[in-house]
Amino acid sequence: MKEVAYYPGCSLKDTAKGFEDSAIQVSSDLGVRLKEIDRWNCCGTVYSLTDDNLMKQLGPIRNMIRARDEGFDQLYTLCSMCDNTLKRSNYLIQNDDDKRDKINNFMDQENDYSGEIEVKHYLQLLRDELGWERVREQVSNPLEGINVAPYYGCMLTRPKEIGLADPHNPTVFDELIESLGGTPVDFPYESECCGSYNTVDNQEVVLEKTRTITGGATRSGADLIITACPLCQFNLDTRQAELLKATPNHDPVPVIYFTQLMAVAFDRPRVNKFEEHAIDPRKVLKIENKVASKR
Amino acid sequence: MQLNNADRELIDKIEELSGENVFSCYQCGKCSAGCPFTEEMDLLPNQVIRKVQMGDVSVLQSETPWICASCLSCEVDCPKGNNVPAIMEAIREISLRENVDKVELKDLKTRGLPEIALVSNFRKKTS
Repeated sequence: MKEVAYYPGCSLKDTAKGFEDSAIQVSSDLGVRLKEIDRWNCCGTVYSLTDDNLMKQLGPIRNMIRARDEGFDQLYTLCSMCDNTLKRSNYLIQNDDDKRDKINNFMDQENDYSGEIEVKHYLQLLRDELGWERVREQVSNPLEGINVAPYYGCMLTRPKEIGLADPHNPTVFDELIESLGGTPVDFPYESECCGSYNTVDNQEVVLEKTRTITGGATRSGADLIITACPLCQFNLDTRQAELLKATPNHDPVPVIYFTQLMAVAFDRPRVNKFEEHAIDPRKVLKIENKVASKR
Repeated sequence: MQLNNADRELIDKIEELSGENVFSCYQCGKCSAGCPFTEEMDLLPNQVIRKVQMGDVSVLQSETPWICASCLSCEVDCPKGNNVPAIMEAIREISLRENVDKVELKDLKTRGLPEIALVSNFRKKTS
Protein backbone atom coordinates (compact mmCIF):
# COMPACT_ATOMS: atom_id res chain seq x y z
CA MET A 1 0.00 0.00 0.00
CA LYS A 2 1.32 3.44 -0.96
CA GLU A 3 1.96 5.69 2.03
CA VAL A 4 1.82 9.48 1.94
CA ALA A 5 2.45 12.08 4.65
CA TYR A 6 -0.78 13.74 5.72
CA TYR A 7 -1.42 16.99 7.57
CA PRO A 8 -4.96 17.08 9.02
CA GLY A 9 -5.28 20.50 10.69
CA CYS A 10 -7.72 21.37 13.47
CA SER A 11 -11.11 21.04 11.78
CA LEU A 12 -10.61 17.50 10.57
CA LYS A 13 -10.20 16.39 14.16
CA ASP A 14 -13.38 18.12 15.29
CA THR A 15 -16.14 19.80 13.31
CA ALA A 16 -15.06 18.18 10.03
CA LYS A 17 -14.47 14.66 11.39
CA GLY A 18 -16.59 13.24 8.58
CA PHE A 19 -14.12 14.81 6.14
CA GLU A 20 -11.15 13.00 7.68
CA ASP A 21 -12.92 9.68 8.26
CA SER A 22 -14.22 9.55 4.70
CA ALA A 23 -10.79 10.52 3.30
CA ILE A 24 -9.06 7.76 5.27
CA GLN A 25 -11.67 5.23 4.12
CA VAL A 26 -11.61 6.11 0.42
CA SER A 27 -7.80 6.29 0.48
CA SER A 28 -7.65 2.81 1.88
CA ASP A 29 -10.04 1.64 -0.86
CA LEU A 30 -7.67 3.23 -3.39
CA GLY A 31 -4.63 1.55 -1.85
CA VAL A 32 -3.20 4.63 -0.15
CA ARG A 33 -2.40 5.02 3.54
CA LEU A 34 -2.55 8.54 4.93
CA LYS A 35 0.28 8.73 7.47
CA GLU A 36 -0.54 11.56 9.85
CA ILE A 37 2.70 13.40 10.60
CA ASP A 38 3.75 13.49 14.26
CA ARG A 39 3.64 16.69 16.28
CA TRP A 40 1.84 18.76 13.70
CA ASN A 41 0.67 22.21 14.75
CA CYS A 42 -1.88 24.78 13.59
CA CYS A 43 -1.24 26.17 10.10
CA GLY A 44 -2.54 29.58 11.19
CA THR A 45 -5.60 29.20 8.91
CA VAL A 46 -5.01 32.49 7.07
CA TYR A 47 -1.78 33.38 5.31
CA SER A 48 -0.16 36.56 6.56
CA LEU A 49 -0.06 39.25 3.88
CA THR A 50 2.13 41.56 5.93
CA ASP A 51 5.60 41.84 4.50
CA ASP A 52 7.47 42.61 7.71
CA ASN A 53 6.03 40.01 10.09
CA LEU A 54 7.63 36.62 9.51
CA MET A 55 6.49 35.18 12.84
CA LYS A 56 3.23 34.01 11.29
CA GLN A 57 5.14 31.89 8.78
CA LEU A 58 6.63 29.69 11.49
CA GLY A 59 3.54 27.57 12.13
CA PRO A 60 3.13 26.31 8.56
CA ILE A 61 6.89 25.94 8.04
CA ARG A 62 7.30 23.78 11.14
CA ASN A 63 4.78 21.32 9.68
CA MET A 64 6.84 20.99 6.51
CA ILE A 65 9.92 20.40 8.65
CA ARG A 66 8.14 17.63 10.57
CA ALA A 67 7.22 15.88 7.32
CA ARG A 68 10.77 16.20 5.99
CA ASP A 69 12.28 14.89 9.23
CA GLU A 70 10.04 11.81 8.96
CA GLY A 71 11.62 11.11 5.60
CA PHE A 72 8.90 12.32 3.25
CA ASP A 73 9.32 14.62 0.26
CA GLN A 74 5.63 15.40 -0.14
CA LEU A 75 2.97 16.51 2.33
CA TYR A 76 -0.74 16.11 1.61
CA THR A 77 -3.56 18.27 2.91
CA LEU A 78 -7.35 17.97 2.80
CA CYS A 79 -8.57 21.27 4.26
CA SER A 80 -8.25 23.96 1.62
CA MET A 81 -7.28 26.64 4.17
CA CYS A 82 -4.41 24.50 5.48
CA ASP A 83 -3.46 23.72 1.90
CA ASN A 84 -3.32 27.43 1.12
CA THR A 85 -1.24 28.55 4.13
CA LEU A 86 1.21 25.64 3.84
CA LYS A 87 1.71 26.11 0.11
CA ARG A 88 2.15 29.87 0.35
CA SER A 89 4.64 29.69 3.21
CA ASN A 90 6.51 27.05 1.26
CA TYR A 91 6.45 29.29 -1.83
CA LEU A 92 7.87 32.15 0.24
CA ILE A 93 10.71 29.98 1.53
CA GLN A 94 11.48 28.72 -1.96
CA ASN A 95 11.49 32.15 -3.59
CA ASP A 96 12.75 34.67 -1.05
CA ASP A 97 16.29 33.90 0.14
CA ASP A 98 16.41 36.83 2.52
CA LYS A 99 13.23 35.86 4.38
CA ARG A 100 14.21 32.20 4.34
CA ASP A 101 17.48 33.05 6.09
CA LYS A 102 15.73 35.20 8.68
CA ILE A 103 13.22 32.44 9.44
CA ASN A 104 15.92 29.79 9.69
CA ASN A 105 18.01 31.99 11.95
CA PHE A 106 15.05 32.42 14.25
CA MET A 107 14.16 28.72 14.55
CA ASP A 108 16.92 27.17 16.62
CA GLN A 109 15.35 23.83 17.49
CA GLU A 110 14.83 22.71 13.90
CA ASN A 111 17.29 22.05 11.13
CA ASP A 112 17.21 24.67 8.39
CA TYR A 113 14.41 24.42 5.88
CA SER A 114 14.65 25.59 2.28
CA GLY A 115 11.42 24.32 0.76
CA GLU A 116 12.37 20.68 0.13
CA ILE A 117 8.84 19.45 0.81
CA GLU A 118 6.26 19.56 -1.93
CA VAL A 119 2.87 20.43 -0.43
CA LYS A 120 -0.03 18.89 -2.30
CA HIS A 121 -3.76 18.78 -1.88
CA TYR A 122 -5.51 15.42 -1.77
CA LEU A 123 -7.26 16.32 -5.04
CA GLN A 124 -3.82 16.39 -6.65
CA LEU A 125 -3.20 12.87 -5.40
CA LEU A 126 -6.43 11.75 -7.06
CA ARG A 127 -5.98 13.67 -10.29
CA ASP A 128 -2.22 13.58 -10.84
CA GLU A 129 -0.91 10.51 -9.03
CA LEU A 130 -3.71 7.94 -9.05
CA GLY A 131 -5.78 9.22 -11.97
CA TRP A 132 -9.55 9.29 -12.45
CA GLU A 133 -9.60 5.80 -13.96
CA ARG A 134 -8.41 4.36 -10.64
CA VAL A 135 -11.17 6.27 -8.84
CA ARG A 136 -13.74 5.02 -11.36
CA GLU A 137 -12.72 1.42 -10.72
CA GLN A 138 -13.66 1.71 -7.04
CA VAL A 139 -17.17 2.99 -7.68
CA SER A 140 -19.72 0.38 -6.64
CA ASN A 141 -22.62 2.76 -6.12
CA PRO A 142 -22.50 5.17 -9.08
CA LEU A 143 -24.19 8.50 -8.41
CA GLU A 144 -26.54 8.17 -11.36
CA GLY A 145 -28.93 11.05 -11.81
CA ILE A 146 -27.42 13.07 -8.96
CA ASN A 147 -26.57 16.65 -9.88
CA VAL A 148 -23.59 17.94 -7.92
CA ALA A 149 -22.48 21.58 -7.78
CA PRO A 150 -18.68 21.87 -7.45
CA TYR A 151 -17.91 24.67 -5.01
CA TYR A 152 -14.23 25.58 -5.13
CA GLY A 153 -14.38 28.66 -2.92
CA CYS A 154 -11.26 30.82 -2.66
CA MET A 155 -8.38 28.92 -1.24
CA LEU A 156 -8.03 25.91 -3.58
CA THR A 157 -7.34 27.93 -6.70
CA ARG A 158 -6.00 31.30 -5.54
CA PRO A 159 -3.45 32.77 -5.80
CA LYS A 160 -2.19 31.48 -9.16
CA GLU A 161 1.28 30.61 -7.85
CA ILE A 162 -0.05 27.83 -5.65
CA GLY A 163 -3.57 27.10 -6.94
CA LEU A 164 -4.22 23.55 -8.07
CA ALA A 165 -6.42 24.63 -11.00
CA ASP A 166 -7.13 27.59 -13.26
CA PRO A 167 -8.59 30.22 -10.88
CA HIS A 168 -11.10 31.34 -13.50
CA ASN A 169 -12.16 27.95 -14.75
CA PRO A 170 -11.31 25.11 -12.37
CA THR A 171 -12.41 21.62 -13.42
CA VAL A 172 -10.94 19.18 -10.89
CA PHE A 173 -14.20 18.75 -8.95
CA ASP A 174 -16.14 18.32 -12.19
CA GLU A 175 -13.75 15.55 -13.21
CA LEU A 176 -14.17 13.87 -9.83
CA ILE A 177 -17.99 14.03 -9.96
CA GLU A 178 -17.98 12.49 -13.43
CA SER A 179 -15.65 9.71 -12.25
CA LEU A 180 -18.14 8.89 -9.50
CA GLY A 181 -20.99 8.60 -12.00
CA GLY A 182 -22.66 11.88 -11.01
CA THR A 183 -23.44 14.93 -13.08
CA PRO A 184 -21.46 18.13 -12.44
CA VAL A 185 -23.62 21.24 -12.48
CA ASP A 186 -22.26 24.45 -13.91
CA PHE A 187 -23.23 27.23 -11.52
CA PRO A 188 -22.29 30.91 -11.30
CA TYR A 189 -20.81 31.03 -7.80
CA GLU A 190 -18.36 28.13 -7.84
CA SER A 191 -15.40 30.34 -6.85
CA GLU A 192 -17.19 33.05 -4.88
CA CYS A 193 -16.11 33.60 -1.27
CA CYS A 194 -18.64 32.43 1.36
CA GLY A 195 -17.71 35.27 3.74
CA SER A 196 -15.13 33.15 5.54
CA TYR A 197 -14.25 34.19 9.11
CA ASN A 198 -16.75 37.06 9.03
CA THR A 199 -19.08 34.34 10.33
CA VAL A 200 -17.70 35.16 13.82
CA ASP A 201 -18.48 38.88 14.06
CA ASN A 202 -20.47 39.78 10.93
CA GLN A 203 -22.92 36.98 10.30
CA GLU A 204 -25.09 39.10 8.02
CA VAL A 205 -22.37 39.04 5.37
CA VAL A 206 -22.17 35.25 5.53
CA LEU A 207 -25.95 34.80 5.52
CA GLU A 208 -26.18 36.91 2.38
CA LYS A 209 -23.39 34.94 0.67
CA THR A 210 -25.01 31.66 1.75
CA ARG A 211 -28.25 32.81 0.16
CA THR A 212 -26.46 33.72 -3.07
CA ILE A 213 -24.27 30.62 -3.36
CA THR A 214 -26.79 27.95 -2.32
CA GLY A 215 -29.59 29.68 -4.25
CA GLY A 216 -27.38 29.83 -7.35
CA ALA A 217 -26.66 26.12 -7.02
CA THR A 218 -30.29 25.02 -6.65
CA ARG A 219 -31.46 27.28 -9.48
CA SER A 220 -28.85 25.56 -11.66
CA GLY A 221 -30.43 22.20 -10.76
CA ALA A 222 -27.99 21.01 -8.09
CA ASP A 223 -29.07 18.32 -5.61
CA LEU A 224 -26.06 18.99 -3.42
CA ILE A 225 -22.85 21.01 -3.19
CA ILE A 226 -19.32 19.65 -2.62
CA THR A 227 -16.45 21.53 -1.02
CA ALA A 228 -12.94 20.98 0.37
CA CYS A 229 -13.12 23.72 2.99
CA PRO A 230 -14.37 23.15 6.56
CA LEU A 231 -15.17 26.85 6.93
CA CYS A 232 -17.17 26.98 3.69
CA GLN A 233 -18.97 23.80 4.77
CA PHE A 234 -19.81 25.28 8.16
CA ASN A 235 -20.98 28.56 6.68
CA LEU A 236 -23.05 27.16 3.82
CA ASP A 237 -24.55 24.35 5.90
CA THR A 238 -25.13 25.86 9.35
CA ARG A 239 -25.97 29.36 8.16
CA GLN A 240 -28.34 27.87 5.60
CA ALA A 241 -30.30 26.32 8.44
CA GLU A 242 -30.61 29.82 9.95
CA LEU A 243 -31.57 31.22 6.58
CA LEU A 244 -34.35 28.64 6.40
CA LYS A 245 -35.81 29.86 9.69
CA ALA A 246 -35.93 33.44 8.41
CA THR A 247 -36.91 32.53 4.84
CA PRO A 248 -39.06 29.38 4.85
CA ASN A 249 -39.33 29.35 1.05
CA HIS A 250 -35.56 28.96 0.71
CA ASP A 251 -34.84 25.72 -1.14
CA PRO A 252 -32.25 23.91 1.04
CA VAL A 253 -29.31 22.14 -0.54
CA PRO A 254 -26.91 19.86 1.39
CA VAL A 255 -23.23 20.81 1.48
CA ILE A 256 -20.76 17.92 1.87
CA TYR A 257 -17.03 17.26 1.49
CA PHE A 258 -15.83 15.77 -1.78
CA THR A 259 -14.43 12.74 0.09
CA GLN A 260 -17.89 12.11 1.57
CA LEU A 261 -19.28 12.00 -1.96
CA MET A 262 -16.54 9.51 -2.85
CA ALA A 263 -17.43 7.38 0.19
CA VAL A 264 -21.05 7.26 -0.99
CA ALA A 265 -19.97 6.17 -4.47
CA PHE A 266 -17.62 3.59 -2.95
CA ASP A 267 -20.61 2.34 -0.90
CA ARG A 268 -19.10 3.39 2.44
CA PRO A 269 -21.75 5.89 3.57
CA ARG A 270 -21.43 5.27 7.30
CA VAL A 271 -18.02 6.94 7.67
CA ASN A 272 -19.53 10.25 6.59
CA LYS A 273 -21.25 11.29 9.83
CA PHE A 274 -24.03 12.85 7.76
CA GLU A 275 -26.21 12.91 10.89
CA GLU A 276 -24.10 15.88 12.06
CA HIS A 277 -24.99 18.03 9.05
CA ALA A 278 -27.56 20.80 9.43
CA ILE A 279 -29.03 20.07 5.98
CA ASP A 280 -29.22 16.28 5.79
CA PRO A 281 -27.75 14.97 2.52
CA ARG A 282 -28.93 11.37 2.91
CA LYS A 283 -32.19 11.73 1.06
CA VAL A 284 -30.72 13.22 -2.12
CA LEU A 285 -27.94 10.64 -2.03
CA LYS A 286 -30.53 7.85 -1.66
CA ILE A 287 -28.74 6.25 1.29
CA GLU A 288 -31.39 6.60 3.99
CA ASN A 289 -32.26 2.94 4.24
CA LYS A 290 -28.90 1.63 3.17
CA VAL A 291 -27.12 2.85 6.27
CA ALA A 292 -28.82 0.33 8.53
CA SER A 293 -28.46 -2.65 6.22
CA LYS A 294 -25.01 -2.18 4.74
CA ARG A 295 -21.45 -1.79 6.04
CA MET B 1 -1.53 67.03 -7.55
CA GLN B 2 1.35 67.43 -5.15
CA LEU B 3 1.80 65.11 -2.16
CA ASN B 4 3.12 66.67 1.05
CA ASN B 5 5.15 64.87 3.71
CA ALA B 6 2.10 63.92 5.78
CA ASP B 7 0.49 62.29 2.74
CA ARG B 8 3.69 60.43 2.01
CA GLU B 9 3.77 59.04 5.55
CA LEU B 10 0.64 56.94 5.02
CA ILE B 11 1.74 55.81 1.57
CA ASP B 12 5.21 54.82 2.81
CA LYS B 13 3.75 52.86 5.72
CA ILE B 14 1.30 50.96 3.51
CA GLU B 15 3.98 50.20 0.94
CA GLU B 16 6.29 48.97 3.68
CA LEU B 17 3.67 46.69 5.23
CA SER B 18 2.24 45.35 1.97
CA GLY B 19 5.35 45.23 -0.18
CA GLU B 20 3.21 46.74 -2.95
CA ASN B 21 3.66 49.88 -5.05
CA VAL B 22 0.29 51.59 -4.61
CA PHE B 23 0.85 53.80 -7.66
CA SER B 24 0.95 50.75 -9.87
CA CYS B 25 -2.89 50.83 -9.74
CA TYR B 26 -4.44 52.73 -12.69
CA GLN B 27 -7.97 52.64 -11.30
CA CYS B 28 -9.57 50.32 -13.85
CA GLY B 29 -12.02 49.10 -11.19
CA LYS B 30 -11.69 45.41 -12.00
CA CYS B 31 -11.06 44.58 -8.32
CA SER B 32 -14.37 46.21 -7.38
CA ALA B 33 -16.21 44.60 -10.28
CA GLY B 34 -15.28 41.13 -9.06
CA CYS B 35 -15.37 41.70 -5.29
CA PRO B 36 -18.17 39.63 -3.72
CA PHE B 37 -18.61 42.01 -0.77
CA THR B 38 -19.01 45.47 -2.31
CA GLU B 39 -22.63 45.71 -1.14
CA GLU B 40 -21.41 45.63 2.46
CA MET B 41 -18.54 48.07 1.95
CA ASP B 42 -18.46 51.83 2.54
CA LEU B 43 -15.68 52.26 -0.04
CA LEU B 44 -15.12 50.13 -3.12
CA PRO B 45 -11.74 48.38 -3.21
CA ASN B 46 -10.47 50.66 -6.00
CA GLN B 47 -11.61 53.70 -3.98
CA VAL B 48 -9.58 52.44 -1.02
CA ILE B 49 -6.52 52.25 -3.28
CA ARG B 50 -7.23 55.75 -4.65
CA LYS B 51 -7.41 57.21 -1.16
CA VAL B 52 -4.12 55.54 -0.32
CA GLN B 53 -2.58 56.99 -3.50
CA MET B 54 -3.63 60.45 -2.29
CA GLY B 55 -2.29 59.80 1.20
CA ASP B 56 -5.81 60.31 2.60
CA VAL B 57 -5.73 59.03 6.21
CA SER B 58 -9.55 58.84 6.33
CA VAL B 59 -9.08 55.48 4.62
CA LEU B 60 -8.02 54.12 8.02
CA GLN B 61 -11.60 54.63 9.26
CA SER B 62 -13.17 52.69 6.40
CA GLU B 63 -15.04 49.43 7.11
CA THR B 64 -13.98 47.97 3.77
CA PRO B 65 -10.65 46.42 4.89
CA TRP B 66 -12.47 44.65 7.74
CA ILE B 67 -15.06 43.12 5.44
CA CYS B 68 -12.40 42.02 2.94
CA ALA B 69 -11.78 38.34 3.72
CA SER B 70 -8.63 38.05 1.56
CA CYS B 71 -10.50 35.81 -0.88
CA LEU B 72 -8.09 36.99 -3.59
CA SER B 73 -10.75 37.41 -6.27
CA CYS B 74 -9.30 40.88 -7.00
CA GLU B 75 -5.75 39.60 -6.88
CA VAL B 76 -6.28 37.07 -9.68
CA ASP B 77 -8.28 39.61 -11.69
CA CYS B 78 -5.94 42.64 -11.42
CA PRO B 79 -4.44 43.40 -14.85
CA LYS B 80 -1.44 45.04 -13.16
CA GLY B 81 -0.81 42.07 -10.88
CA ASN B 82 -1.33 44.19 -7.78
CA ASN B 83 -1.95 42.44 -4.51
CA VAL B 84 -5.00 44.39 -3.33
CA PRO B 85 -5.62 42.08 -0.32
CA ALA B 86 -2.10 42.90 0.94
CA ILE B 87 -2.97 46.62 0.86
CA MET B 88 -6.20 45.86 2.77
CA GLU B 89 -4.15 43.92 5.31
CA ALA B 90 -1.69 46.81 5.65
CA ILE B 91 -4.59 49.15 6.48
CA ARG B 92 -5.88 46.69 9.08
CA GLU B 93 -2.40 46.30 10.53
CA ILE B 94 -1.94 50.05 10.99
CA SER B 95 -4.94 50.01 13.36
CA LEU B 96 -4.09 46.68 15.01
CA ARG B 97 -0.54 47.78 15.75
CA GLU B 98 -1.97 50.67 17.75
CA ASN B 99 -3.30 47.90 20.00
CA VAL B 100 -6.86 48.39 18.81
CA ASP B 101 -8.81 45.16 18.41
CA LYS B 102 -11.61 45.07 15.85
CA VAL B 103 -13.40 42.23 17.63
CA GLU B 104 -13.75 41.76 21.37
CA LEU B 105 -14.11 38.22 22.61
CA LYS B 106 -16.59 39.24 25.30
CA ASP B 107 -18.98 40.64 22.68
CA LEU B 108 -19.08 37.47 20.63
CA LYS B 109 -21.31 34.45 20.69
CA THR B 110 -18.63 31.84 20.04
CA ARG B 111 -20.73 28.82 20.96
CA GLY B 112 -20.94 26.36 18.11
CA LEU B 113 -18.35 28.16 16.01
CA PRO B 114 -15.59 25.95 14.62
CA GLU B 115 -11.98 26.71 15.60
CA ILE B 116 -11.09 27.41 11.97
CA ALA B 117 -13.49 30.40 12.07
CA LEU B 118 -12.26 31.70 15.41
CA VAL B 119 -8.55 31.37 14.67
CA SER B 120 -8.82 33.05 11.28
CA ASN B 121 -11.05 35.83 12.59
CA PHE B 122 -8.78 36.63 15.51
CA ARG B 123 -5.69 36.55 13.31
CA LYS B 124 -7.19 39.14 11.01
CA LYS B 125 -9.06 41.29 13.51
CA THR B 126 -7.12 41.34 16.77
CA SER B 127 -3.71 42.75 17.57
